[in-house]
Amino acid sequence: MKVDYTDVLVVGGGLAGLRIALAAKRRGHDTVILSLVPPKRSHSAAAQGGMQASLGNVIKGSGDNEDVHFQDTVRGSDWGADQEVVRMFVDTAPKAVRELAAWGVPWTRISKGEREVVINGKKVIISEREQADGLLNQRNFGGTSKWRTCYASAGTGHAMLYAVSDQTIAASIPVHERVEALALIHDAGRCCGAIVRDLVSGALSAHVAKATVIATGGAGRLYRATTNAVICEGIGTVIALETGLAALSNMEAVQFHPTGLFPSGILITEGCRGDGGLLRDVDGHRFMPDYEPEKKDLAARDVVSRRMLEHIRKGKGVKSRFGEHLWLDITLLGREHIEKNLREVQEICRNFLDIDPSKDLIPVYPAAHYTMGGVRTNPTGESPGLAGLFVAGEAACWDIHGFNRLGGNSVAETIVAGMIVGESIAAFCDRPQSDLTVSTGIIREFLAREDAKISALLTGGGDEDANLLRIRMQEIMTEKVGIFRTAGKLATAVDELQALLAKSRNIGVRNKSRGANPELVAAYRTQKMIKLALCVACGALARTESRGAHYRDDFPRRDDAQWLRRTLAIWKNESDTLPTLNYEPLDVMRMELPPGSRGYGTKDDHIVHSDAPRRAAEVEATRKRLVDADRFAVQTALMPYDHLLPPGLRVRNERIDGSN
Amino acid sequence: MNDVAPRRLTLTVFRYDPRAPESTPRMQPYEVEEADGMTLYIALNEVRERLDPSLQFDFVCRAGVCGSCAMLINGRPGLACSTLTKALGPEITLAPLPAFELIADLSVDTGKWMRAMSERLETWIHAREGEVDFARIEERMDPAVAEAIYELDRCIECGCCVAACGTALMREDFVGAVGLNKIARFRLDPRDRRKDDDYFDLIGDDDGVFGCMSLLGCHDVCPKNLPLQTQIAFMRRLMAAEGLKPSQKQGGGK
Repeated sequence: MKVDYTDVLVVGGGLAGLRIALAAKRRGHDTVILSLVPPKRSHSAAAQGGMQASLGNVIKGSGDNEDVHFQDTVRGSDWGADQEVVRMFVDTAPKAVRELAAWGVPWTRISKGEREVVINGKKVIISEREQADGLLNQRNFGGTSKWRTCYASAGTGHAMLYAVSDQTIAASIPVHERVEALALIHDAGRCCGAIVRDLVSGALSAHVAKATVIATGGAGRLYRATTNAVICEGIGTVIALETGLAALSNMEAVQFHPTGLFPSGILITEGCRGDGGLLRDVDGHRFMPDYEPEKKDLAARDVVSRRMLEHIRKGKGVKSRFGEHLWLDITLLGREHIEKNLREVQEICRNFLDIDPSKDLIPVYPAAHYTMGGVRTNPTGESPGLAGLFVAGEAACWDIHGFNRLGGNSVAETIVAGMIVGESIAAFCDRPQSDLTVSTGIIREFLAREDAKISALLTGGGDEDANLLRIRMQEIMTEKVGIFRTAGKLATAVDELQALLAKSRNIGVRNKSRGANPELVAAYRTQKMIKLALCVACGALARTESRGAHYRDDFPRRDDAQWLRRTLAIWKNESDTLPTLNYEPLDVMRMELPPGSRGYGTKDDHIVHSDAPRRAAEVEATRKRLVDADRFAVQTALMPYDHLLPPGLRVRNERIDGSN
Repeated sequence: MNDVAPRRLTLTVFRYDPRAPESTPRMQPYEVEEADGMTLYIALNEVRERLDPSLQFDFVCRAGVCGSCAMLINGRPGLACSTLTKALGPEITLAPLPAFELIADLSVDTGKWMRAMSERLETWIHAREGEVDFARIEERMDPAVAEAIYELDRCIECGCCVAACGTALMREDFVGAVGLNKIARFRLDPRDRRKDDDYFDLIGDDDGVFGCMSLLGCHDVCPKNLPLQTQIAFMRRLMAAEGLKPSQKQGGGK
């Protein structure tokens, strides 16, 4: 029995996992990273457009601060977010982006003086301030009221990932590449590490750790068309689910990015529209202002994706042999701007479609992009159901995104969560009561269980084909659990997925090798993914309202009276065929921003929560009472959050206008 | 929407699993029907799903940004995911990148190689000060400098340049264009305190910039079109000047 011991075991080598590893290691804890792929190949690299941080550097971002970022994020989430955690996030984001600047990320910088930009389809001259010269540049993004998104051309995620990964190399943090965590080891409600399979040799081993971190990203591959990398299958999320103790939250909240390249689904950044690009239909008509007069092409992603499909339903899609799509037009930005600021977009268009986006329109269609849900954590990043298990980044429902994430808030979350959760893990490991006592018998049992599952797939005589099951699952999810949902389709989806789950327990693998065996990998991952798909479908069926990315044709209104609560899914017994759903209410009386209108999307006709008017009156009264106080005093009076931040992060952010 | 019958493609693929005792290196042909917009990513997955579940290869982003899928495509290093089959003839030969440890079939261990290179060349910012004061306004940088750094920072460590390098094939410890480009990148960066004599210690020998024979296969195959030719030439000139300085490294200290 091979067993490795460490203080902190990080599963996942993307931005969140790497930043957590750095935090833990710097506090003196032995840290090991496990990764399916070399860390620099993680899906974080695919983030293009940028990272939100309210620096207020650019003239179009002047007046920006944590308060504005907070409000944009909560509105974007359709009030599904945990507002205290959003506060922690927006407060730390400027520190995160500045730390990355010091670590070498080649952020695009500001030149003082005049420059030409495209706003609402027109060329406009704006002038950057003298004191902003050489600071981080910021672009416009969807659902934001200021230009806040810091970027490195259209390769932001890549540049961030390389800088952070290189920091972990500098810190001599070991990374085991090409390994996969198959199960979490746990005993009496305490996580003790993971059972890990070496994807090259096939060997199983146990990694025992005081703190185990899941930072494995999202699950876009539950759908047929996705911007996500092939490794974004949600396996890390499922191994938490399979403990029967850790709950997954809001799995029905799945974001579809408006501009997936058609038909492959490869991401075309929101930065295209942030920089002035427009969506057009079969007639070349710019249709978004017809639906969203206020935010137009730059409403939040859930809204834009729905409007695109609505417009196609009206017969305005562009027909092709693969189906219908719409156009993204960035020709108006000009070649020079595209080459400088949207270079990766140009490359993708050339490589995959052989077109030049400075002359040609880009075919786009919404594609599954981001998993707002994930393993539920408290503000420290720890699972309330399983002590010693921490989760961060897209795999977590920490919950800053609620039912819709704003563009630029995902890579920001990875680093911010890495900083905050990393510190809380270090504090956890420092405490004597966190010491771990684990029996080798428990480790042996967990190893034997995983070994038996692999044997069953190889020699159990099963005859189901994992690939066919997976393709079917993706079809069900795409057709019945997609952008527009109804009770009928969702109920069918749940039934069909349940049947698929039963079949998946009878998968057979043709290639009998216990070593490297891609077919075996597809087999056990498919079993896990179908469980996750069921969590999405069941959550969506139960939620009889529309909120953010979860849209029900049969319940088109947001219903705060009934649904201002988080879905919690647990998988009680391995033999179950459905998750068990519970709910966690959001406390309106503690909200800094009481539920209201988003200012885009459907007309404000949501069903009001009974506490909302009372809380709104309270907030209003507090603001009046503190009319002469500074914004920090007002904020603290409304919803204190400082105590939740690690001590080193409780410091105000400096800005050029002196407003900190 | 043309009516021409789709092409039949023959993918002749290198097969060998060094961990399987019964495996011997061989070339194996697979036939697939070409589809519109087909890339080698799509074609290889079709082979694995329909014809041969044991075939090993690496894809992650399938969008040309992660660098996982470099292989020899008709003998030339390139990214399989962003290679359209329509750009190739009906007979396509695929082999793993040379110079890297073979995992199996088309899969090689670029991760291990790149990590070793990074450790050796210390490919991270050597900051002037200790801890970052992240509450303060960030240090300013000339926008043109930031852009120039970004240009070189775009490297995705795919390994194509190493596989196309005559020196790397002969000299196991050669840092390759990928390594030399990284030094050029950090040298440009005002946030890094290292000086040319520090860089000389890292690449001022035959495993570094003086190992380059100027064949420049690296430059020709780089999928990100990095300016490797000029960067290597520039670094060589700088390092030669550094090496010729009279009072180099007395006492060995920095």
